[in-house]
Amino acid sequence: MTERPTGHTNTNSNLERVLAAGEFAVCGELGPPRSADAEVIADHARHFHGYVDAVNITDNQTAIVRMSSIAAGALLREVGLEPVIQMTCRDRNRLAQQADLLGAAAMGLNTLLCLSGDHQVFGDEDTARNVYDIDSMHLLQMVRKMRDDRQFMSGTDLEGAEPRFFVGAAANPFADPFEFRVVRLAKKVAAGAEFIQTQAVYDVDRFARWMEAARDMGLHEKVSIMAGLVPPKSAGALRYMKNNVSGMRIPEELIRRMSGAQDPKEEGIQITVEIIQQVREIEGVRGVHIMPIMWESALPEIVSRAGLTPRPDLS
Amino acid sequence: MIVAERKAISDILQMIEGAGRVLVVGCGTCVTVCLAGGEKEVAVCASLLRLQNQGEDRDLTVAEATIERQCEWEFARELDELVPDCDAIVSLACGAGVQTLAAQFEDTPVFPGLNTQFIGIPEEQGVWTEHCLACGECVLDKTGGICPIARCAKTILNGPCGGSQDGKCEINPETDCAWQLIFDRLKRLGRLHMLEEIEPPKNWSHSSDGGPRKVKREDMIL
Ligand code: SF4
Ligand code: SF4
Repeated sequence: MTERPTGHTNTNSNLERVLAAGEFAVCGELGPPRSADAEVIADHARHFHGYVDAVNITDNQTAIVRMSSIAAGALLREVGLEPVIQMTCRDRNRLAQQADLLGAAAMGLNTLLCLSGDHQVFGDEDTARNVYDIDSMHLLQMVRKMRDDRQFMSGTDLEGAEPRFFVGAAANPFADPFEFRVVRLAKKVAAGAEFIQTQAVYDVDRFARWMEAARDMGLHEKVSIMAGLVPPKSAGALRYMKNNVSGMRIPEELIRRMSGAQDPKEEGIQITVEIIQQVREIEGVRGVHIMPIMWESALPEIVSRAGLTPRPDLS
Repeated sequence: MIVAERKAISDILQMIEGAGRVLVVGCGTCVTVCLAGGEKEVAVCASLLRLQNQGEDRDLTVAEATIERQCEWEFARELDELVPDCDAIVSLACGAGVQTLAAQFEDTPVFPGLNTQFIGIPEEQGVWTEHCLACGECVLDKTGGICPIARCAKTILNGPCGGSQDGKCEINPETDCAWQLIFDRLKRLGRLHMLEEIEPPKNWSHSSDGGPRKVKREDMIL
């Protein structure tokens, strides 16, 4: 691994501090409830204390209505964890996005992940109008412009404090066309992405080839790349993802290993730990983003076994 | 062309409820080519209306006419003599044709017999696909002649998104990923470098988002 010099930070983001300090970062993920129950956030969050540097809060993931990522993020912050607010381009136009960025920053939220968003056909509101006023590239540019130039997208000046977000983007090394994936990563970096979280890595070989191409373009020096991980709960869950989630690559061998396991959950944890160890060895990987879908309780075990505890206290 | 599909006969019957004399009007242009509202489809629609009506206690007479283009006044006027004899018009044209007839014949209700779908092309016999959304500011010069506005499910200008796999769009395996097509085409043309630049946000005010649009050709205005 290349050591990155302790750097300067632009925001109050804990994730930025951890990455700037050259530490191998760990993010978790939490899906807000399909209800107005504030307690659900604190309840899920209890698994994360001491094991992560920040927690992604999804934004109507798979196009299913949930508590807003900003509101859930504010609740998470109240219980002492740093949220990474996910913002998609599916549900809001540039007016609503900028308004929400101001609001989120005013509530003390510091870390943002810019996404296109899953198409609404996947959810239960599939008769909705889709927005996609701007794409994820433009969203990154807009967030940086508000922060660094203190201007709205239109070019009009902000009239006071600017929203200061440490801003990230997603990348999918497993989508097609493969040879364009790193070019698109470069575009996201040029648009202003400071950290990258990838689609779940199961095919480590392909991920390593993608990282190699990223290093060839020097991108690993310009952006902090964090490998995504979804701990598999069962062979069925893996097969479901393989067949139903576009842009996922899951080797058959892994599915066989899960189906042959006596204790699939234990095997899933073990597989995740092994993948963490493998991606850590790849030059330019600066952290992991663990997405334990409906299985938050697995996270402490994974992080401890991977030797990633204790998390640095840089506040 | 503008591609359309006929509405269900039961829906059309519901619209013309109470009308005794109905005129079904076809259009000889786009919807003739896409087999939705040409002379033949007018005959079929009229027959189905008569047939469905037989079972009911309703006195319905259905007349038929097809004009060259319903969206042009000079052709719409060809119906001047037929319309006064009818209580309702069922237009088998795109939305523009329906509205032209409605404006031309102010005292007669005009109902849409088609669902106007999109601007598209035939893919194979009996299959049409959308190719243009009339966004008002064409970007095909930058995308290898493949439209990301109409053909990418997320109207992404800097694709492909992370859902593109094996050439297909994340929304379903029958839909090609427009951005994979754009990539392939520009690669073939030796112009892949064009995709390295970030295409700026779209100015949607030229599209329908800017309100109803108008094209003015000063040189043509009398
Ligand atoms: S870019 Fe606009 S005008 Fe050009 S084909 Fe696409 S939708 Fe039509
Ligand atoms: S898969 Fe391709 S066509 Fe579908 S939304 Fe993504 S970029 Fe657009």
